[in-house]
This record gives sequence, C-alpha cells and structure tokens, in this order.
Amino acid sequence: MAENQRAGEANHADVTMRLWRGDPSGGEFTDYVVPAVEGEVVLDVIHRIQGTVAPDLACRWNCKAGKCGSCSAEINGLPRLLCMTRMDTLPPGAPVTVAPMKAFPIIRDLVTDVSFNFEVAKTIPAFQPGPEPEGGYRMAQVDVERGQEFRKCIECFMCQDVCHVIRDHEENKPKYAGPRFFIRLAELEMHPLDVNDRRELARQGAGLGMCNITKCCTEVCPEHIKITDNAIIPMKERVVDAHYDPVAWLGRKILRRTKKTAPEASAG
Amino acid sequence: MADYDTHDYDVIVIGAGGAGLRAAIEAEERGLRTALVCKSLLGKAHTVMAEGGVAAAMGNVYPEDNWEVHFRDTMRGGKMLNNWRMAQLHAQESPDRVRELERWGALFDRTEDGRILQRDFGGHRFARLAHVGDRTGLELIRTLQQKAVSLGIDVFMECKILRLLPDAEGRISGAVGYMRPTGEVVAFTAKSFVLATGSIGKSWKYTSNSWESVGDGHAMAIWAGADVIDMECVQFHPTGMVWPLSVRGLLVTEGVRGDGGVLRNSEGKRFMFDYVADMFRAETAETEEEADGWYDDHANNRRTPDLLPRDEVARAINSEVKAGRGSPHGGVFLDIASRRSSEYIRRRLPSMYHQFMELAGVDITAVPMEVGPTCHYMMGGVRVDADTAAATVPGLFAAGEVAGGMHGANRLGGNSLSDLIVFGRRAGIGAADYAEGRAGSPSVDAAEIGAVIDEVYAPFGREDGRNPYDVQHELQETMQALVGIIRTGSELEEALGKLEDFKEQTSKLSVKGGRVYNPGWNLATDLPSMITTSIAVTQGALHRKESRGGHTREDFPGPDSELGKVNFVQRQTAERGYLAPISVNPEPLLEMPPKLRALLEEGS
Repeated sequence: MAENQRAGEANHADVTMRLWRGDPSGGEFTDYVVPAVEGEVVLDVIHRIQGTVAPDLACRWNCKAGKCGSCSAEINGLPRLLCMTRMDTLPPGAPVTVAPMKAFPIIRDLVTDVSFNFEVAKTIPAFQPGPEPEGGYRMAQVDVERGQEFRKCIECFMCQDVCHVIRDHEENKPKYAGPRFFIRLAELEMHPLDVNDRRELARQGAGLGMCNITKCCTEVCPEHIKITDNAIIPMKERVVDAHYDPVAWLGRKILRRTKKTAPEASAG
Repeated sequence: MADYDTHDYDVIVIGAGGAGLRAAIEAEERGLRTALVCKSLLGKAHTVMAEGGVAAAMGNVYPEDNWEVHFRDTMRGGKMLNNWRMAQLHAQESPDRVRELERWGALFDRTEDGRILQRDFGGHRFARLAHVGDRTGLELIRTLQQKAVSLGIDVFMECKILRLLPDAEGRISGAVGYMRPTGEVVAFTAKSFVLATGSIGKSWKYTSNSWESVGDGHAMAIWAGADVIDMECVQFHPTGMVWPLSVRGLLVTEGVRGDGGVLRNSEGKRFMFDYVADMFRAETAETEEEADGWYDDHANNRRTPDLLPRDEVARAINSEVKAGRGSPHGGVFLDIASRRSSEYIRRRLPSMYHQFMELAGVDITAVPMEVGPTCHYMMGGVRVDADTAAATVPGLFAAGEVAGGMHGANRLGGNSLSDLIVFGRRAGIGAADYAEGRAGSPSVDAAEIGAVIDEVYAPFGREDGRNPYDVQHELQETMQALVGIIRTGSELEEALGKLEDFKEQTSKLSVKGGRVYNPGWNLATDLPSMITTSIAVTQGALHRKESRGGHTREDFPGPDSELGKVNFVQRQTAERGYLAPISVNPEPLLEMPPKLRALLEEGS
C-alpha cells in the first residue's frame, strides 16, 4: 500500500479512496483521503483527486451521465460505471476500492485496453434489409421493441469483464465473442427487416455454446438489459433448432431459404 | 526531435460523432482511402448524449408537414441569421437521411400504422422528431458506427489532433497529434480533411458537454487561417439539472416538454405565458386550456409556450430565478409527474427517469424536477459553403457542430442530429471530390511538425508553471460569470483581459508524470483550443451590440435590424496560433432568393 495522500481541505466527513495505480508491469493500491461532498458519484471524487494531488491519475470517461459507457471499472470488486455510482450508496466508513476491469489488459491506472471488443465487432456480419416496399418499410412497435432493448447497450463492456469464460481465461478470447456481442447477434436475428442468418456464426465463431447461463452479465448491465433471458437463451434455442432439427435442415436444403448462413453473409 | 509514425490517406475525418462517421462512410463508399481519427473510443462521442430526436419533415404524424415549413421554423428559430442555403438543404434532405439510417439498421419508434413516429419539440410547428425513446443519439451513433465498421474504415481511437498543416500552396495536407494511450506523436497526410470535432462547451462551468468539447476543430480552423462566423451565438439549453451540484448542467431533454411537461415557478405558476415574444405570439396559446388541448389537437389549438425556442425559454427561466421565484436549488420546476401517468413517463422518457432516480434520488413520475439553463450548443463555427461543406482554406471541410451558419443565432431542438447526417454526408462528398481532383501526393513541412512536438512536450520539462486543472477551473469560472447567458459590454471587456492572462499562463504550464494516458498533460494540450474559442466567443459578443437568439446583451436588449444583416467573421491572417490575435469583421449575410423569403412571411 502506498502512502496516504490528501486531496482538498479536511471536512467533518472524509472518505478514503483506494485506487489502483500502475501499468502493464505491475502496480498497487494507493489511498487518497478526500472530504465527502453531498450527492457526488465516484467519478466526481476521482476528478477532485486528479485536479489536486494526482493530475496524472488515468481514468477514462466522457459523458458523466451513464450514456456513453466509458468509465467502467471495478468498485469494491464489482463492475460499475464510475459516473453512476453515488458515494452515498457505498458502505459508510469503509475505504472505496476502485480497480480497472480485470478481463482486459492494463494501459495505466484505471484505464484498460478494450480493443478486443472492437475486433469482435468487425466479425459480425452487417445488418442487411430485404427489398424496400413502395412508401418505405413498415414495422410494428411491438416488433421493434425486442431489438430496441438490445440497442440500449452503451458498450461499457462490463458484461464482457464479468463473464468468467474470458475473465479468467485469456485463451478463450479468440473463440468467444461474449455477452455484448450475443445481444448484437440476437438484435440482428430478431430485427424485422434483416435477412442475414447468423445462427451458424453464433454457434461456431462466436462460441455461444461456451456460455453456461450464470447470468453474471445481466446482473452488471447498467441498462438493465436482460442479456441472458432475452438474448442468449433465445439464441441458443434458435441455434439448436437450426443445427439439430433434421426436418428444418432438409427444408433449408430443398427450399433454399432466403436467409443466408453466416459465412455467406460475411462473403457479401 | 522525436520519431513519429506518419499515415497517408485520401480523406481524413477528425471526429467520430454523427457528422464524422457519416462523412467517413460517404468517402469510403466512394472508394477513397479514408480514416477516422477520434479523441475517445469509437461510439463514445457526444452524439450519444442527444436525447429527443432527429428533425425531418417526413409528415408521418402530420401529413401537412413538408420541407418548406421546416425551413421556415429553422430560420425563425435562428432569428434569420442562418445561412439560408444550409437551412434549405437541411430541411429538404433530412427525411432521406433518416430513412437511410433505417436501411442501415436503426430501430425508430413506430406509428400505429408501422411508420417512423415523430414527436413534438420546441419551435417546430408539427410533430417532426423521429426518435427512439429519449436515447435517439445513441441509436444514431451506433447505427453509423456499425455501418462504418462493416465498411472496414480505419479508425485511430484516442488520438488528439493538435494542428492542421498546409502544403507549400496553402492546401491543408497534414495533421499532427498524439495517441493518448502511448503519448507518442503521430502525423497524418491526406488530400483533404474533414473537421467534425463538435463543440466548445467545456469552457463554461455549468455545461451539458463532456471533457472532449474544448473546441479543437474551431481553434485548429482559426489557426489554419480559416474563417469562423457567429462565435457569439452559444446556446444555453433551458433545462439542465441543477442539483446535486456534481451533476449541475447535465441535460434534461426537451422531450419532457414535448411529451406534456410544463415549467412552473415557486408559486406553482406556468410562467412561460408571460414570456411570449411578439414574433411568436400568433402561433402560441394564450391560456392553459388551449395549451393543454394542443398536445392532441394541433389544428384547433396553438402550441404551449413551454415549447418556445430554447433561447426564449432559457431567458425566461433566468428572469424567474432572478425575480426570486426559483426553486430551492436555484432553478425552476419542470413538472410532468402531475400531468402524465407513471407508466407513460417511464416508457417515453426512460433515460430521464433513471438519470434523476440514480443521480438525484428524485422520482420524476411523482415529483417535479428542478432545472435551469446550461451551456449546451455552439451555433457558430467554421464558415462553410452550404453545398460542399468546404471551409475558406482549400482542402478543409467541416460538418456538424464545428461548422457555422446552419442554425443562425439559435438552434431548434432536433435540428442537430439532422444537421449531422445531412452535412456529414455533404462534407464526405465535398472532401472526396476535392481529393479526387487533387494531383500529386500531399506533403507538409517536417519542421512544422517538429515545432508542434516541441511545444506539446514542453510542459513536462517545466518546474514552476501552473497546474492545468487550475487554469481550466479559472477559465470556466470566468466564462460562466462574464460570458454567460446574459452579457454586458463591461463584463465582456473584463473577460477579454482575463483571457489574455490565461494565454500567458497556458504557455508556461507544468505537468507531472509520464506521457502514457496522462490526463493532466492531455488537459494542458486542450487549453490552447479552449482559450482561442473563448476569445472568439467573447470578441463576437462584444461586437454584436444587440440581442439575438442565443446572444443576449443586457446593455442592448433588443434586436438591431442592421446587425441582423451581418455575420461577424473572425480569422487569423499573418500571425497564427493561440497567442496571436484574431480579427473581427462584419460581413453581409448571403442574399436569400425571394421565393424562400416568401415562405418566412407565411403564418407569421
């Protein structure tokens, strides 16, 4: 533990922020004692520390309103958005521990290299609508709402961070897309206009089968997306139908379904 | 001098919000080698903060809506200072751009018969905003991001650009910056550059803008010798959160009022009825009954004054607070709880519900919100040609908030997202055409890059300079206090004096630590942009001796018809950079064709 540092003037109530500081070669937690201010979130306190005693404290953030998903970190061991975690919801009197997301390589302090996610995004075959009718597409509100739930995703990547298929198993990353991209696949699969078929991709390339439905992703989602129940489980069912149902398989062969398989979709 | 990587492309787009993404998509689809350079991770740009919707006269809810009405609303909202050609193109093309988003995967809310639903917003005569609940910006940026990824556009994330560089003929041909994760300098050369860098709002204390909005694009354009216009026209959004202090300034969408919310003072009075300017009297309800009837029946009722353009509402709130009729934390009340069902509010305004619940512990379905004005949007910016988005220096294009002219003196809500996709596309076309027509390889003077490198790393070597956070804090206090929503000549003069001091201090900053992801150093490199744009805003405000749109002068409270015919144009000529002076000159607005002028008279 590094030495205590003070940020700002003393107050009747101080809080101890125990922040991880370091780089890829290693690091440690450093305590910063700061006055408590009513209504603040964890990110406010980090900003006060940056503005005073630790101007080089690395922390990624943007909107400070829970809309951009930049400031993901692990607060007292749980993935949270720094900007949406109020200090007064944390145990009083105890130090507040803030560490970088564990599933991704460290850049510095609280900032991690999340490029894994941007690489996975490149492998998802694009949305492809069917022909547009005269007067434009028509969709019912009830049909768009299924996809809208998944499109609430702010790409904070905390579901990826908490998913133990990759959190503790770096070797799984090349064959596992993770919850964020399972909801992307589900969103496209359930999109009323999309004609691509991504079930084979979900099964093989994205590693949907490796998920064993522990719902950790759903629990940490700041947008309260029901990742497991509404995306992963329905996708698993669809993949099973496509893969093991001999009647459906024969039907596909004979009727030349309009939906393409993922490799075809990737090709064009 | 340090080593650095250089990347060469045909078109480089700086900024990856809605405008930058749309421009890059256009250039890439033309077959040009295109790169996007952005200061944050892809998909995090300020566009995600847009809530209410994208304005497009599709006529899905009111068939009588069309581009001419949208044009009229935009020009009147902008107090006629707009570039009329931009307002025309915007109104004509935004419906196609919205439908294009749908073809790229966007899922907008629907009408009963399955078309794109449109909602009411301030200053728009008809329900016109295509939307996804109150997270329309996220839908727009994600759709464009996924389209850009599917096209394989190269993206340089977390890269701050410091300077644009000309070739020997004065064409913009290069840019130099650094990668935030490593702190290493990187250079780019290209045949054309698109600025899509967004806003300047971080120079105010209470703002809806993120750390990114420091005016990099505005400043780099000025330093490159390009004209900027209307820099005095800054929009203060009427409804930002006022409590807790840590979230003061955070946006509360106009959609709250579009969906039935009303403003009240501490006496419970709907005070907006007392603040209807002559220009809007004919189309605004006079009684609460008429205003309430309007939500469901636009034909037989006039619109509620709660939905007057943002400049009008922001000034009214300011006056109520000043008169002692404010809320406990220095705002006014925005009440939807007593007017709509809990279920309706949570369905229509889910982000607002969560924002207040989680950050303020306030249940907006049960009690009113407290709101007040917050620095929100920059109408002024790089002077561009409406059709091509070309700036006044060759090889440079600009779109979105960094470009000036489209919104005149005040922007209507919903006209920003549509601006991004209409002029993002046009900037992509303009930059692609220019790149295709340009012979030879772009080249820049390595000595200029060397000078930028020396300057950017200099704060590491200084021992006794100021902490960049302290300078930023004082700058924000100054702009908030002296160049805020209500301005006067003496305070603007005082601000200019202080800004001169900040210039000096910024040239002597010290930073601690190393180059890798160092926010203190990163801020030190943002301060020159903040200072240049703050000076331009203050100078413009001093010269515009009238009140118009987002620019309000206490010492010149009314509009001046002569000043309404000019833009204040600012530029650097001989000397360049944040330490050099910026000239200010009035130049006449573009002449509007009589046919369009006639549209403005209708119904007024």
